[in-house]
Amino acid sequence: MSPAITHVTLAANEASEHRGLIITLFALFVVATLGITVWAGRQTKDAADFYAGGRQFSAFQNGLAVSGDYMSAASFLGIAGAIALYGYDGFLYSIGFLVAWLVALLLVAEPLRNSGRYTMGDVLAYRMRQRPVRTAAGTSTIVVSIFYLLAQMAGAGVLVSLLLGITSDAGKILIVALVGVLMIVYVSIGGMKGTTWVQMVKAVLLIGGTVLITFLVLLKFNFNISDLLGKAAENSGKGDAFLEPGLQYGADNLTKLDFISLGVALVLGTAGLPHILIRFYTVPSAQAARKSVNWAIGIIGGFYLMTLALGFGAAALISQEEIIASNPSGNTAAPLLALHIGGVDSAWGAILLATISAVAFATILAVVAGLTLASSSSFAHDIYANVIRRGKATEKEEMKAARWATVLIGVVSIALGALARDLNVAGLVALAFAVAASANLPTILYSLFWKRFTTQGALWSIYGGLIVAVGLVLFSPVVSGDPKAMFPDVDFAWFPLKNPGIISIPFGFLMGWLGTVLSKEEPDTKKYAELEVRSLTGTGAH
Amino acid sequence: MAADAPPPSTEQHRLPGAEEFTEVQESAEFGELRRSYRSFAFPLTVGFIVWYLLYVLLSNYAGGFMGTKLFGNINVAFVFGVLQFASTFLIAWWYSRHAAAKLDPKAEAIKTRMEGGA
Repeated sequence: MSPAITHVTLAANEASEHRGLIITLFALFVVATLGITVWAGRQTKDAADFYAGGRQFSAFQNGLAVSGDYMSAASFLGIAGAIALYGYDGFLYSIGFLVAWLVALLLVAEPLRNSGRYTMGDVLAYRMRQRPVRTAAGTSTIVVSIFYLLAQMAGAGVLVSLLLGITSDAGKILIVALVGVLMIVYVSIGGMKGTTWVQMVKAVLLIGGTVLITFLVLLKFNFNISDLLGKAAENSGKGDAFLEPGLQYGADNLTKLDFISLGVALVLGTAGLPHILIRFYTVPSAQAARKSVNWAIGIIGGFYLMTLALGFGAAALISQEEIIASNPSGNTAAPLLALHIGGVDSAWGAILLATISAVAFATILAVVAGLTLASSSSFAHDIYANVIRRGKATEKEEMKAARWATVLIGVVSIALGALARDLNVAGLVALAFAVAASANLPTILYSLFWKRFTTQGALWSIYGGLIVAVGLVLFSPVVSGDPKAMFPDVDFAWFPLKNPGIISIPFGFLMGWLGTVLSKEEPDTKKYAELEVRSLTGTGAH
Repeated sequence: MAADAPPPSTEQHRLPGAEEFTEVQESAEFGELRRSYRSFAFPLTVGFIVWYLLYVLLSNYAGGFMGTKLFGNINVAFVFGVLQFASTFLIAWWYSRHAAAKLDPKAEAIKTRMEGGA
């Protein structure tokens, strides 16, 4: 035990000694992206530019940007960390995150591009009474995005305190505020055009960094994957069990059920995430939307395969004690691996550590920008323009509202992020997926494919899914009654699962059906004819 | 550069009226497009979700089988996981091929006719 501890201190000192290099690389990224933002801001003239980047991005560019939006710190740091600590069970996350893209490809991306303009609410409200449905769509967009934002902000605080050696509360709050201010600037000035370019730059950096570390890990094992796995199993102290499912979720029937719940939420959540959905509006046609999903599947799939090398590489080359001492959830396993593979006391190790840390910061910044854009767009377009102003706002007023909403959401998430800086963040991301799958996906699918669906069905399904998903989490071990909970000292957790998906997703679908068959209004068949023809043929979409 | 491209002009498109949409929706040509899309995408969606759930359930309840070593330290669980990646890539490619060959021409024909006002 004690040699491992000495090693940790050593690694931590190494990290703070090379703080200057990390800060320099990160500052370079910030300056470059601010430059892009100002340039993009000058090109942003009307609402289609602000919300949809002028719809002129190519399928490949958007595929890169989608990947940038999707591969959050939770994917990069979280999955590598989970594999490093729990072995095979960490791999299960990445499979769910990837397979989920098929739902988006087969059922959602193209019809959405064909029938909506700027937001998810455009499609949901298409054939319904505008004001109530847009209010509901806006509410669930903002709730999902804020949960996701909170996780990223808290993640930024954790990362910075570990890598830069900033441990004071004031220091962490300062970092969260810095991230918040940057994202306000990116989104309010650059709009979708600026945000898309920031995502592309970030995706290239993330893939580049991951390819480099993966290559170095595989080189160390002469590209023999079996040897890598064997060394990881041996070094983890858990033997063959490390390479089999069950270390994290196999304890008893309850944890197994929790795993199924998580699995379902992951695979159905992606196609209901608003910040992903609005990316399909940035390309000129449904065919381009399809191609951008294909690019994203290729890029994200390749990335998740490489996280296997990162996670098992960390398990093989670093002791479990050191990984846990650095962060109990393993979130710093990837940067630690970079340091170890380059050599703990060498300049090369320091450079690799700095590079991977800067990439992780860039990842967080880009993802929060995407989330802020999704929620401020929905606020301005769904709630301000169509509910408050009843569709009478001019384009200029709508864009002004979007910019103010960006500032407001930025300030709210700085405040929440500062409060949440010490919370367990993994539960928040899984919650965002569960809420998206429960509140958004049923309504999207019913709207597109079910002729009889009514306004009441849409409202019951959005609010029903939203309330049950958020409510169950509130009374779950994620919030109270567990040493790792947000409030470990109190216990009001009567719902035993950490992920509500297995209950709340079927409930969202059920409420959509029930609300429809029990409603007194007749479905608007003419509007459905219009929606169906438009969504399948692209008539009227430009 | 993408951002320098001229904005798409919207004036030349004519937006069809509500009756026209209902007419097209009920036409045999559109029925064929809808059938061709749904009969491909819906069963395939059920298929990959069942295949994914099978993987989740086996991971949960068939630890012994999943832990069987195939060669070196590579076990069934590892191969099964990689197969999920492979099937995802394959399905994406397969759907895109179907869409380009069977759906796009039909959709394009209807769109052109409706927007041209013929």
